[in-house]
Amino acid sequence: MLPLELDQLTFSAGNAAIIRGISARIEAGPRTVILGPNGAGKSVLMRLCHGLLTPTGGRIVWHGAMNGGKSVDVRRHQAMVFQRPVMLRRSALANVMYGLKLAGKSRNQSGLRAMDVLEVVGLAQHAARPARVLSGGEQQRLALARAWALGPDVLFLDEPTANLDPASTQDIENIINAIHASGTKIIMTTHNLGQARRLGDEILFISNGRLMEHTPIDKFFRQPASSEAAAFIKGEMPWQ
Amino acid sequence: MNSLGEAFAAAWRLIAGFDAELAQVVGLSLQVSLIAVVIATLIGLPIGAMIAVGRFSGRQTLIVLLNALMGLPPVVVGLVVYLLLSRAGPLGNLGILFTPTAMVIAQTVLITPIIAALSRQIIEDAWREYDEQLRSLGARRINAAMTLIWDTRFSLLTILLAGFGRAAAEVGAVMIVGGNIAGVTRVMTTTIALETSKGDLPLALGLGIVLITLVIVLNALAAVIREMALRRYG
Repeated sequence: MLPLELDQLTFSAGNAAIIRGISARIEAGPRTVILGPNGAGKSVLMRLCHGLLTPTGGRIVWHGAMNGGKSVDVRRHQAMVFQRPVMLRRSALANVMYGLKLAGKSRNQSGLRAMDVLEVVGLAQHAARPARVLSGGEQQRLALARAWALGPDVLFLDEPTANLDPASTQDIENIINAIHASGTKIIMTTHNLGQARRLGDEILFISNGRLMEHTPIDKFFRQPASSEAAAFIKGEMPWQ
Repeated sequence: MNSLGEAFAAAWRLIAGFDAELAQVVGLSLQVSLIAVVIATLIGLPIGAMIAVGRFSGRQTLIVLLNALMGLPPVVVGLVVYLLLSRAGPLGNLGILFTPTAMVIAQTVLITPIIAALSRQIIEDAWREYDEQLRSLGARRINAAMTLIWDTRFSLLTILLAGFGRAAAEVGAVMIVGGNIAGVTRVMTTTIALETSKGDLPLALGLGIVLITLVIVLNALAAVIREMALRRYG
């Protein structure tokens, strides 16, 4: 799948330009954090990459998705976890199995794989419970399990802990790291600098629909290249 | 006033005593309307779901039309089905005019738009919530439509009951295509109309009470099921 190349990507809704010509090359390996203030276009950028939105200009190229000259179905190799996951009105286990069955796995295979990932995210004992009655933190862990079960090459996460308390946030971050360790590329958005620091290896800093910086995490915090990033860091962490 | 009281008392005796004529009429009513609901659901639900998740030109016009068809006057439906099934009509050689089958057809025509239009609304509302998640998980439109039907099943049940209520309570269509033949095509509503004009109030009232009770029980049932489902599945 990777590297992922964005070439002069633009997206507008009506007259409003939301993404204004972003070019970047995202390599396999490091955990990529898309950082920026609210309304910068982070979520839209991620939805464009995942294929949920169609760009109004520019190109998205998955360089690793060419198999002997033929492009493979890129969506099958990606998964996404939303800020507010939508749980189907069925059991936790059935929620995880849903995506697997769509991917063509047999009922048996799906069931085994689903139980495995539920075990890893610590929800095995809730497998039979209806997903919608789980707590917010549990639902987000279930969303991670559902995405992870698909064995994606790339996992997109859109503000995965925005609505959660610190303990649940910690759980989610641990799971994200476990997914990273299993070899899946992590691309996530956040507006939380602490989380960016804990989870990020490199930063794409977005402001007002433009890519301001694409740098390793240390460098970003030590010496941000753009005044926007410097102001964002200062605004979010005035004690620094 | 006194005669009304007597009529009520007589009606109650008929109900409590499981009067044979009353039971036969109620039974046929339920049978015709239930079959009509089942058929209307098999046709209307997929139509509603496909319009809900579909994107095609003329979609908005179709929705307006479908919503308008919810208000189809039963007598007009009855008239059209009558013309189709009558001897000289295109389906005349089936010979089913003035049979329960004709009544099922008329009621199906009447409530299919209701089931399609209301399920379209419910499924489309859910689709807005589920859209990105389902596409992300790799669902195509047809998968999405089926998933949404299953996930909104308790709300959809309310629609089926609304359809059943409408079918069981209408009089115009079944009167025209059924002919209100005693013991053959006489249902609750047509019997009420006939007995009232004959002056036999106890039977009319008794059937009226059964009909209203039925509608209340069905709606209570729908409310209970929804409440339980909400608590159980969230």
